[in-house]
Amino acid sequence: MQHSIWKTMWKEICRDPLAIIGLAVFVATVATVYIWALFIPLEAMDGVFHLRLAPPDWAAGVPLGYDNIGRNVLHYLIIGARNSFNIAFMVTGGAVTIGMLFGLLAGYYGGFIDYILMRILDFFTMIPSLIIIIIVAALFNFTVVSFSVMMLLLSWPATARLMRSMTLRQGSLEYVSASKTLGTPNIVILFREVLPNLVSIITANLTITLAMNIGIETGLTMLGFGLARDVPSLGRLIEFGRTAYNMQNRLWLWVPAALMVVIMMLCVNFVGQALNRAADAKKRRA
Amino acid sequence: MWKTILRRFLILIPQLFILSVLLFLFAQAMPGDALRGRIGPDTHPDLLAELRAHHGLDQPWHVQYWRWLTALAQGDFGTSHTFQRPVTEVVGDSLANTMRLAIVATILTYLIAIPLGLLAAKFKGKIVDKAVMMYTFVALSMPTLILGLFFILVFALRLEWFPSGQAVDIIADGQGGWTRFVSQMHHVMLPAITMALLGTVSIIYFLRGEIIDNDSSDFVTTARSKGVPNNRVYTRHILRNALLPVAGNFGAIIASLFTGSLFIEVVFTYRGMGQLFVNSLQGRDYPVIFALTMFFAVVLSISFLVTDIIITILDPRIRIK
Repeated sequence: MQHSIWKTMWKEICRDPLAIIGLAVFVATVATVYIWALFIPLEAMDGVFHLRLAPPDWAAGVPLGYDNIGRNVLHYLIIGARNSFNIAFMVTGGAVTIGMLFGLLAGYYGGFIDYILMRILDFFTMIPSLIIIIIVAALFNFTVVSFSVMMLLLSWPATARLMRSMTLRQGSLEYVSASKTLGTPNIVILFREVLPNLVSIITANLTITLAMNIGIETGLTMLGFGLARDVPSLGRLIEFGRTAYNMQNRLWLWVPAALMVVIMMLCVNFVGQALNRAADAKKRRA
Repeated sequence: MWKTILRRFLILIPQLFILSVLLFLFAQAMPGDALRGRIGPDTHPDLLAELRAHHGLDQPWHVQYWRWLTALAQGDFGTSHTFQRPVTEVVGDSLANTMRLAIVATILTYLIAIPLGLLAAKFKGKIVDKAVMMYTFVALSMPTLILGLFFILVFALRLEWFPSGQAVDIIADGQGGWTRFVSQMHHVMLPAITMALLGTVSIIYFLRGEIIDNDSSDFVTTARSKGVPNNRVYTRHILRNALLPVAGNFGAIIASLFTGSLFIEVVFTYRGMGQLFVNSLQGRDYPVIFALTMFFAVVLSISFLVTDIIITILDPRIRIK
């Protein structure tokens, strides 16, 4: 059972040229960023005063020029992308794990447990999370870890809701009642029998959440409500585009980072679309 | 159903209460207070203490909270520290601008989404469908803020079709009437288009999916076999059913436009509630921050509630228990 759903997902990706390209570009970019970042010395983030805002110079090997304190934008882009990816991965992993457990418990047990869990969920849904993040960002200087924790608040309820409704649907199916009649403990039914049936939905949800989180992190940071000013991030580079002069005349500062965010999100969504098809037998391409 | 609606409203009260207490605790922990930025470095400490006492900022948070709550119960949101005007007036000004943005964006969203959804469903699997689907992928993957930046660069700064900021031209604002309205619309267009282009995705998916599902359903087959003309089947039988979930989505669209406008306003320096919120936060203008946060919380929950109600009314199969 578990084996075949992974196979189906892989098959769906292979059938869709866009998904293959998306997956390849995504893996290549992530690998490049993480490996390249190892070779960038810490001093690269210090900046060289007389090089401030120097335009790109291919001959000198500086294809993206320098930023406002004389840092090589290409190096900054790599380090910033690593931070942005770290946040996106951590938040997505956390949100999907919490949402999955929450939804499974609420949907499977129902009754009182469901009622309590849903009220908690309602509260988190109602909180204007973005506003809370902005307020907390004014309070503390966000590091990569503390910012990820705040973003978790924003993204787990959606997953929990989806998982609950999916578990509800599974719970009423015959294989569950059959298993119950045989005396299988609930916990075994839940994790060995219901969960495997939801794997494809979880994976599809994972990709969509990942794409969303890349966008939210860079968006908040570019407005100054995200990572502290001294932490490199893609959003920090895009922020240069907010002043009219930089936007028009210093494209090298913000366009590469903006394109990187868009391309990464596009790739992840292409893969997610293929996984979505795998999750729904009706939509599979025969 | 009315019981459910009542219960949802009642739950709103403790939720808002917890939220407001949390806010007050945050406010207490925030460095600096409302007097920050309004005092010079040589202001006498005695005067400062006197000012603090005058505004009641020296009291513990629960005393301040109680004062705020009792005033609120009488419909008084307090006075903005920055503008020295009642909060209701300050928020009201920006609310009008934000509402205009949200309304124009909503109209544009549906104007773009419905035809595209119809086209995609009608030409399912053909090149038109693929193009629309490609558009939804790109829209799904494009953060609003980044598209906003590119749009400002291209349409406001390079082509100069639209102004790059503000909600209205100062001169036109003074002239009032029609001139002001035209200027307001001109200013609202670019941020509204940005939001609309990216907000269409869910509607297109819904519409396309529903039409395709309905197309293969029994009642459509029956209608076809009775000899009802294809066009009539399409408009009378399929569309009617397919538009229901789209209408049900309305509340969610409004909610996302409101929270979305928070950020798009900052990028477009559009003078709405988002900008006001950010500025009040930087000026530690707590009465405004509290009022705005409460407002957003209420809008969010009401729009969720409205969505549920619309769905129940439109589709009797789904009953809120």
